[in-house]
Amino acid sequence: MPVLQVEHLTTNYKTLRGWVQACDDVNFEVEKGEAMGLVGESGCGKTTVALSLLKLLPSAGRIRKGRILFNGNDLVKMSDSQIRKIRWKGIAIIFQGAMNALNPVFKISDQITEAIKIHEPHVSRTQSRERVEALLEMVGIDKTRANNYPHEFSGGMRQRALIAMALAANPEVLVADEPGTALDVIVQAQILKLLRELKDKLNLSMVFISHDLSIVAETCEKLAIMYAGQVVEYGDTKSVFAKPLHPYTQGLLGAFPSIKGERKKLVSIPGQPPDLLMPPTGCRFNPRCPYVMDVCKKVDPKILPVDQSNHLARCHLYPQE
Amino acid sequence: MKFGLKRSKKEQQSSSSASVEGENTRPEAKDMTQIPSEYQDAIISARGLKKYFPVKQGFVSSIVGQQSFVKAVDDVSFYVRKGEVFGLAGESGSGKSTTGRLLLRLTDITAGNVYFKGKDISKLGPRALKPLRKEMQIIFQDPYESLDPRMTIKEIVAEPLRIQRLAKTEEEIEERVKQILTEVEVFPPEEYLYRFPHELSGGQRQRVAVARAFVVNPEFVVADEPVSMLDVSIRAEVLNSMLELVQKHQVSFIYITHDLALARHVCDRLAIMYLGKIVEMGPTEEVINNPLHPYTQALIAAIPIPDPDYRRGNLPISGEIPSPLNPPQGCTFHTRCPYAFSECTRNEPPLLEVEPGHWVSCHMIRKQ
Repeated sequence: MPVLQVEHLTTNYKTLRGWVQACDDVNFEVEKGEAMGLVGESGCGKTTVALSLLKLLPSAGRIRKGRILFNGNDLVKMSDSQIRKIRWKGIAIIFQGAMNALNPVFKISDQITEAIKIHEPHVSRTQSRERVEALLEMVGIDKTRANNYPHEFSGGMRQRALIAMALAANPEVLVADEPGTALDVIVQAQILKLLRELKDKLNLSMVFISHDLSIVAETCEKLAIMYAGQVVEYGDTKSVFAKPLHPYTQGLLGAFPSIKGERKKLVSIPGQPPDLLMPPTGCRFNPRCPYVMDVCKKVDPKILPVDQSNHLARCHLYPQE
Repeated sequence: MKFGLKRSKKEQQSSSSASVEGENTRPEAKDMTQIPSEYQDAIISARGLKKYFPVKQGFVSSIVGQQSFVKAVDDVSFYVRKGEVFGLAGESGSGKSTTGRLLLRLTDITAGNVYFKGKDISKLGPRALKPLRKEMQIIFQDPYESLDPRMTIKEIVAEPLRIQRLAKTEEEIEERVKQILTEVEVFPPEEYLYRFPHELSGGQRQRVAVARAFVVNPEFVVADEPVSMLDVSIRAEVLNSMLELVQKHQVSFIYITHDLALARHVCDRLAIMYLGKIVEMGPTEEVINNPLHPYTQALIAAIPIPDPDYRRGNLPISGEIPSPLNPPQGCTFHTRCPYAFSECTRNEPPLLEVEPGHWVSCHMIRKQ
């Protein structure tokens, strides 16, 4: 059974002008020890999915439909006190922007200890001290730096400290929201390597959120491509890269420059992502799609397996049942 | 010089030889060993360019101690030909943006010279610079901040024309604005003239910023990370229409970026910067496919590849870029270099031409 199963997740934000459909009918599964990449541009609902998983949505956000099954238990139905037991111990999150996610007036060790203490109140001070040192060592920070403040750390070290903190209560699932963004390439490569190693060592399941296809290509076994709040393509990383089915994925791959291989002309997708307050009728990608047909403007396609494989696409180009 | 810096011998030589100001500044014979003849017919060139920012200090150390400096740009020399796209790449804090601003004289130069069409502009005052501003322009990184939210698109694009008095009548201004907006594919221009920046998407905003830079027909443009704030699906489009303008008007273009994969698709020549110095410079394909400096090699090895079958080897270097306040002695890269030997900790390696047009600053290269 998958550790995490998301079914028909629909999260909207209430605004004065109506519901913003930030996340609409999102489905995916993450197995034990597997990393799933959630890829899309800014404003496509990636972070909303992440926040929904832990029910950390801002007050305007509502999960209006769907189920989030963590080891078979539906998180959507849980009360606040129940979900608090899942957070950090079951599912932990590394937030976007390592620079701002740490509290500047507390020592790194105190911030990690706090996480341990909340979830395991009986742990003694020396034990938690040892745990903090072990965690820091695991992410490659010298334990003598435990009593430093965040401003004494470089960007890469802060990101490492955040990873250590997320792992403080031995979670089963780690949600990483853009862990490499805002870091320099070399540091980013170090952090990604660390995450890959930790995943193998601790048999972690990961939901890896990124806007960068090349980062998830290296890190994840499975991919979900999001566009305008919906998952438009879902499958093994290898098959998505080898044979992208959805026109949006095809466009994204064409827009990505590579340092290897031939120097090709970059092609972009004309137009811009829609306003999620009033998404286009039918397929949400239809105003930008090069293969648009009449049916695309009327009927919202379902996400279905193509050629009986486990590679799914949400597109009228493929038979809808 | 401004802060009473101790100048190195080398720098004194170069600045004395370049002190002959005027139209025909030619490097003297002894400089020719370091500086290729291309510098003479370049549109813009920098020689021995330096920018040291003084660091704020506490009260006591400001009296007792010595003033310390952040060496943001430290002895940088390069040139850009007519119609050429020159890339400045490096990590954050490597001094690439400061270099761009120094060339445009938006920041005061500590030492060194900037030549624009053969004329030394490094010591010109604001009044003398004003007519030059129509020939050199900049495109900033963030279109959400670089456009005045209270000005209409027309006013934003027309402002350089008004300041430089390049159009006589209001009709002419509108005509020029419409024309340039069409060229950057903000289409149809009539629909956008009286809109405000907040009504436009990020991609359109950056196109307006491009239009504002190109409306005065500049000969030299600096683009500081022009597409890093944009989404991938629209990035290529903005970039392509910018490059079309560059080609059409034969503009000398400096493209500042941290993204080598993108730089490869944009630039004719590429310079890699590390802690205020150029460590490698050459034709783009040459630098990317045959990197000679260990830092360039590491940078390229660290770039993620959009191919799930690609397996990354171990990273050749560890750690992060040291503080520019206290850069390492000798070669600034030796603290992270896997090949560092005793020479590297003592002497700074000169930038040498290893193959035609391919310059590297590394002791390893000299040894061979």
